[in-house]
Amino acid sequence: MQRTALLAISLAVAALVGSALAAPVNYKTPDEVAAFKPGPNLEIVQGNCSACHSADYINTQPPMKDRKGFWQAEVTKMIKVYGAPIDDADVGKIVDYLAATY
Amino acid sequence: MFDRRDLLKGAGLAALAATMNSTKALALETVTLPFVNGERPLVKYPQKRPMIGLTSRPPQLETPFAIFNDGPITPNNAFFVRYHLSDLPYNLDPDKFTIEVKGKVDRPLKLSLKDIRKMKATEIVAVNQCSGNSRGLVEPRVAGGQLANGAMGNARWRGVPLKAVLDMAGVQSGARQVTFNGMDGPVSDKTPDFVKALDIDHATDGEVMLAYGMNGEDLPFLNGFPLRLIVPGYYGTYWVKHLNEITVIDNVYDGFWMKSAYRIPDTPNNAIEPGTAPKATIPINRFTIRSFITSVPDGAKLKAGGTTLRGIAFDGGKGIKEIQVSTDGGKTWTSAKLGKDLGKYSFREWKLPVKLVAGTVELKVRATGNGGETQPDTPRWNPAGYLRNVVETVRVTVA
Repeated sequence: MQRTALLAISLAVAALVGSALAAPVNYKTPDEVAAFKPGPNLEIVQGNCSACHSADYINTQPPMKDRKGFWQAEVTKMIKVYGAPIDDADVGKIVDYLAATY
Repeated sequence: MFDRRDLLKGAGLAALAATMNSTKALALETVTLPFVNGERPLVKYPQKRPMIGLTSRPPQLETPFAIFNDGPITPNNAFFVRYHLSDLPYNLDPDKFTIEVKGKVDRPLKLSLKDIRKMKATEIVAVNQCSGNSRGLVEPRVAGGQLANGAMGNARWRGVPLKAVLDMAGVQSGARQVTFNGMDGPVSDKTPDFVKALDIDHATDGEVMLAYGMNGEDLPFLNGFPLRLIVPGYYGTYWVKHLNEITVIDNVYDGFWMKSAYRIPDTPNNAIEPGTAPKATIPINRFTIRSFITSVPDGAKLKAGGTTLRGIAFDGGKGIKEIQVSTDGGKTWTSAKLGKDLGKYSFREWKLPVKLVAGTVELKVRATGNGGETQPDTPRWNPAGYLRNVVETVRVTVA
């Protein structure tokens, strides 16, 4: 198994070296490492938010005075503006997680 | 030659990767930006040196500020990265790449990269700055990408004037705007695609260009390879990456990214009372004037006596007329010597020999443009945290 992977990598490297200009870019970003902090309804948050963006979009937001209002507005924006297909039943749970965790 | 330390480090990383049985990107280290919740990983992407990681999907990378002290041109591998939508054209083939010019034109075009490269090339040195640059420093804090001052960069762009391409296509009378779409797009078809628009007069001013070159090389992938729009003096939101669709329209484009996003208050200085909502808004446009000290970081410990302060300044395209520096918290100001003029859209370097006396010292820098615009002493505020250009202060301890 591991040997197969190694072989695949050497072939890929060979292909890369052998094909100076005329190849597709095949740009590889590093793996995603940012994770959601533990909190209530974590699975629902992971299932909905991760479809379009990494967790660091949420992790890096500033701590607001009115956390609930802030996160309610953000989740509403994701649904109304960006078309996030979030079930009505999940909206409150996601807002609760965000307000309690960030 | 390999340095022994590098070898050891490399071996350590390899061993670690083997243990984890994965190629997960390891955060090299972290940096702390000067605001609450400002801790960020330093991350390494292909074609980039270690950058401040804001988000990984889509990728958003901030330039470590110390790089701006290396010279007026920001290296390609240090240039900031900002995307909105997560579906990037990671596998695009430059040989098959085409850009379409359509809409209200006499001769719709489909041009290959080769076609574009065959046209007469022009170059311009111009700053690209994210609209959200410095948003993390805005008080009261606002939602959005929480950046310090590193979402900006200055490069020599090479390509063809947009005007030349539009002339080839033959813009029809009645044209009002030109829209720009790139190959990156949303994950869900319910999310508005990232499309921007410029008025026809602006689009055909001869300065707006389609660039394939950056500082003598191809554009890095994350900076829009193989072709991006360059809109000198304007915020980065207009500099559409992986540009493959240009449409001339006879109305004012009303897509989300023009009509609802990237708007600033329609007030005299585009500011409103903090925490309030604007009555009317307009699309964000030209940069406000800014200047920075690059040679000394905030919190530095310096020796008393003579030293030379250095930095950069830029504005929305009038060019920099004067830079003044204060070493006493803004009580007195001295004019700095301006560096080489690389054009009115470029970073302008400055330097000034100063004498520092012992104690806690506030260093300040203030630019004035050829149009008379200068930087305010107190920050202006708007709900999206755009246009920040308050006089910057670097606090140092002198002993």
